[in-house]
Amino acid sequence: MKVGIFLVALVPLGYIAWKFFNNKLGANPIRELEIQTGLWTLRFLAITLSVTPARRLFGWNGVVKYRRMLGLFTFFYACVHLSMWSAVDWFFAWGDMWQEILKHRYIFIGMLTWLILLPLALTSTKGWVRRLGKRWARLHRLIYVAAITGTVHYLWAVKKDTFFPLVYLAVFVFLLGFRVIYARRKPSPARRTQSGATAPA
Amino acid sequence: MLIKKPDDIKSSEITPEDTYLNRRKFLAAAGVAAVGIVGSGRLVSALAPARQQEDKPNTWEEITGYNNYYEFGTDKEDPAQNATKFRTKPWTVKVDGLVKKPADYQFEDLIKPHKLEDRVYRFRCVEAWSMVIPWQGIPLAEMIKRFEPLPSAKFVQFTTVMAPDQMPGQRMGILPWPYVEGLRMDEAMHPLTLMVTGLYGKTLQNQNGAPIRLITPWKYGFKGAKAIVRISFLDKQPRNTWQISNSDEYGFYANVNPEVDHPRWTQASERRIGTFRRQRTLMFNGYADQVASMYAGMDLRKNF
Repeated sequence: MKVGIFLVALVPLGYIAWKFFNNKLGANPIRELEIQTGLWTLRFLAITLSVTPARRLFGWNGVVKYRRMLGLFTFFYACVHLSMWSAVDWFFAWGDMWQEILKHRYIFIGMLTWLILLPLALTSTKGWVRRLGKRWARLHRLIYVAAITGTVHYLWAVKKDTFFPLVYLAVFVFLLGFRVIYARRKPSPARRTQSGATAPA
Repeated sequence: MLIKKPDDIKSSEITPEDTYLNRRKFLAAAGVAAVGIVGSGRLVSALAPARQQEDKPNTWEEITGYNNYYEFGTDKEDPAQNATKFRTKPWTVKVDGLVKKPADYQFEDLIKPHKLEDRVYRFRCVEAWSMVIPWQGIPLAEMIKRFEPLPSAKFVQFTTVMAPDQMPGQRMGILPWPYVEGLRMDEAMHPLTLMVTGLYGKTLQNQNGAPIRLITPWKYGFKGAKAIVRISFLDKQPRNTWQISNSDEYGFYANVNPEVDHPRWTQASERRIGTFRRQRTLMFNGYADQVASMYAGMDLRKNF
């Protein structure tokens, strides 16, 4: 089953790549690569953050064991998105890219989002859960920050059509809000999930 | 019908609309570049100091398939899809304001006295992509001479049609419709300014602003109002739609300027549609020697 989800999670990337090589990304394919890989990063982020609400609302306990993989796929798509920007768009023009990060806030907040996801990806293993103990859950709350900064990155990048960025914002506010409400209603000690990772409160 | 081409890109460079060739070149370049990225460990700057890419005209498919025309939707493919049934006949252009001869012109009567010219121009969108487009049209200066503006006329304003029954974007408040643009009188009278009615020698397509649209190649593309129904001569600078929508980001002059970034993204480089590498943006989109004198002494950072 894990293999199945792993393969399914690669489908968006495969589809984007197929479209690129078959010239189905329109007249500005590089821009389209950036947009599509960015959208899938946000989508995987939303899917990852939906695991706990799904468990609490529908009793889907089985999904929890895939949450780490889903989180890592979020980071994976973020890396693909970043390499579309740095390699394909800017072709490793480091000076120009550094200027972009400093001068343009949507790039800055995008880089910030990736930098937040990086330690989360690196500490996703069981070894790190053990090593960090209680601090693991606190560190991994940064995923909520990443969700907001990632959406603001999207919002600041579009010229005028703010509809979809605001939809993503609404989704993340809902997913965050769900946890806030749940934490207030049922204060309980952090529970251990099947994978051994402590669920963030 | 074809007379002079005072632009710097020769019409003789217009290739037939060979979608095939450009696409193949693009993918080949992408493939080579991909290998290059993997193979080389050196830090290579994407942007050579000089323009490394020639100004080859874009294909018919690119020009008619990638458009910002929010009246028909905000996706780049929307105008081509949604503008197919747009009615461009009959078409009236009202000329009013500070002119000796205000009148309503039928489109055919507006065009008839003029010889159509072929002009291959660079086109630079404010979003930092660009194309090279073989327009066909009439120098605006020739038209304006007919209207006989009064000495008090300092600006020309262009208004796009208001047709929410045909333009789905106008049923939503994306921009404050109808779309309005304007030029200073010297800009309007400049030899480069063109009232466009054709593309690649063919009738202008709906998604490109049929039946008649404005083109000012040294300015960002949004200055080129499409589907024009009114030309007004004013003594005050009009507020153009993008400026009304967001004056922090879009101004009246909108001259292509690599030294003045958009507040949120860079204008120092652009993506030429159909090519793989970014290229440096040129001051006034490469028309500096022809237009810079109009802005001598102006602070182009303030007057963006």
